[in-house]
Amino acid sequence: MLTKRIIPCLDIKDGRTVKGINFENIRDAGDPVELGALYAAQGADEMVFLDITATNEKRKTLSELVNRIAHHLNIPFTVGGGISSVNDVSVLLHNGADKISVNTAAFRRPGLVAELAKEFGSQCVVLAIDTRREEDGNWYVYLNGGRVKTEKLCTDWAKEAVDRGAGEILLTSMNHDGTKQGFALDITRMLSEALPVPVIASGGGGAMSHFVDVFQQGAADAALAASIFHFKEIGIQELKGYLYQHQIPVRIDHAG
Amino acid sequence: MDLVIIKYNAGNIQSVLYALERIGKEARVTDDPAAIRAADKVIFPGVGEASTAMDYLSARGLDQVIKSLTQPVLGICLGMQLMCSYSEENDTPCLGIFPERVRKFEPLVSGADARSSGADAILSGADAISSGASVKVPQIGWNNIYDLQTSLFAGVAEGSYCYFVHGYYASLGVHTIAKTDYVQPYSSALHKGNFYGVQFHPEKSAVTGEQIIKNFLNI
Repeated sequence: MLTKRIIPCLDIKDGRTVKGINFENIRDAGDPVELGALYAAQGADEMVFLDITATNEKRKTLSELVNRIAHHLNIPFTVGGGISSVNDVSVLLHNGADKISVNTAAFRRPGLVAELAKEFGSQCVVLAIDTRREEDGNWYVYLNGGRVKTEKLCTDWAKEAVDRGAGEILLTSMNHDGTKQGFALDITRMLSEALPVPVIASGGGGAMSHFVDVFQQGAADAALAASIFHFKEIGIQELKGYLYQHQIPVRIDHAG
Repeated sequence: MDLVIIKYNAGNIQSVLYALERIGKEARVTDDPAAIRAADKVIFPGVGEASTAMDYLSARGLDQVIKSLTQPVLGICLGMQLMCSYSEENDTPCLGIFPERVRKFEPLVSGADARSSGADAILSGADAISSGASVKVPQIGWNNIYDLQTSLFAGVAEGSYCYFVHGYYASLGVHTIAKTDYVQPYSSALHKGNFYGVQFHPEKSAVTGEQIIKNFLNI
């Protein structure tokens, strides 16, 4: 059966992983290629590489990095960060990225989602949404890495983007991100049940039980996390074994 | 060995090239009919939409070339679907190498369960849709392949996981050499004579995919 996906996310700046990543037995912990391959070997189902520099002058660095990743990684990967045009995406896909994620630029100009879906297919267009629950109880869309609030409801924007051709939603709850207190189960479930496309839950995963919760109660199709993997608080193999014990379908290789 | 990847408007040609490179094989990407006919082995990749791809192939005469090949040919994803007789994706007549037809996944709501029990032994016992979510289309992610036949799956364990991204599927038929369950059991691989097709992406399916690619190169 189709399994739930575990997706480590690496933040990239100037072609290097952002410092703070702590691995033994790795030659260069700043090298996204080596880290990605390590996660793949441990059983990661996909990878996300998020470029947090994403300035125009750094674009070449990113495309070269994507090309190196594509040569070495034997699982699918998504590249995000500052993507705002068909040309940006074309360069990344031609260098071997499987999917790209768009966020602020797609919100500012929703036609971008349709352009990308038409040109490259919905399967490679991931819409990333940063959302926060306000005191009125509603989840609102935030832009620019969470710095700019909008008046748009998260569910409305997600539905619109899927109608325009987004193939997956990467949902980050700003209320939960960094807390390690668990994922945002209610909004994840709301989106997952309302949308015909997969929802990747992000933000708040701090214990293995949180992943059980986000799949069972949040109805997520995939879960993304960063620091808990990077700091080895949770190992991917260990996590998948735990999920399996808790009746969550996961890919555990039969040594194929 | 002269290994050729058919060049057309398909999205995953680079990924296939890199996967071959990781197992130490080189390939040429070409749409030259003579080069394709002369190759020892041919890979027919594919990510995209069926009618656009068929139009592109027909306009260049590649449809006739592919059908007439006699060396081992491996279709991947859309490549496999185009080797079938017909696709419901924009009502597209395809190459007809395999008589199986390609249909659209119809999303099911939880509870309506038409899946076979064929792979139960190797599953966790959990129900993917017990959480209450509906089945999403396209299928995106890792799923089991089972009832594996032919040397394409030599050394690949029953129930191994491969990476799938597709909204249409080939129905089960006499040429089915691997099955996968999503909404219902369907053909995740087909074989007829020198032609092989896989619905999943071996180039993105970790070590299982690498084994399948190596097996194809050893046919």
